[in-house]
Amino acid sequence: MSQVSVQEADFDMAAETAALSAGRGDVGAVATFLGLVRADKLSGEGSEVTAMTLEHYPGMTEKSLEAIIVEAESRWSLLGVRVIHRYGRLLPGERIVFVGVASAHRGDAFAACEFIMDYLKTRAPFWKKEDTPEGGRWVDARESDDSAASRWEA
Amino acid sequence: MSIKVLYFASLRETLGYSHETLTLPDTIDTVGALRGHLAKRGGAWEALQEGRNVRAAINQEMVGPESVVRDRDEIAFFPPVTGG
Repeated sequence: MSQVSVQEADFDMAAETAALSAGRGDVGAVATFLGLVRADKLSGEGSEVTAMTLEHYPGMTEKSLEAIIVEAESRWSLLGVRVIHRYGRLLPGERIVFVGVASAHRGDAFAACEFIMDYLKTRAPFWKKEDTPEGGRWVDARESDDSAASRWEA
Repeated sequence: MSIKVLYFASLRETLGYSHETLTLPDTIDTVGALRGHLAKRGGAWEALQEGRNVRAAINQEMVGPESVVRDRDEIAFFPPVTGG
């Protein structure tokens, strides 16, 4: 199976997680991350985000995710990696992103899973637009995401 | 030289274009120079001016302003990414 999927469709987290160790006896740890659409309250208002639309750069998105996985595989001893990221219109509570990492021991799986998410947040070309009762608004990039990614450097 | 330029997300909406094919004078040979060249169209295009928070890619790889633009390259401009 391909390591990277960028798709409109939902995914089955249990099946994806199981696939990381299916039929093999060398996997001792699987770490997973699931990202969901939050119904954020708008600042100073009673209304909430009602939906989110994710745009991406087809081609570059897949390449950038594959490059992040290659980088993770060079840093840790990994036995399997799966990244799924959805695009299109999503409602609060819906799944956006899945990262699953298999390794022999937990340390590699935990670290690589977090690394892949931190790099995805700052390097993969996705953009979120929130629907609100007042209209659409593009989500601003967060400084905390840059600092989360930069702690893996050096 | 002839290049393809793509625009994404808020930048695409601001400019009203998702892509265009451009013929560039030889003097416009870096990403930074191309941004300046496009910003000179004025109006909404000033969003590409130096100092604005715009990222760039050449042939689907993130690059800095000093990166060299070549004939038939695919250049993309977009705001900082917000996936995940």
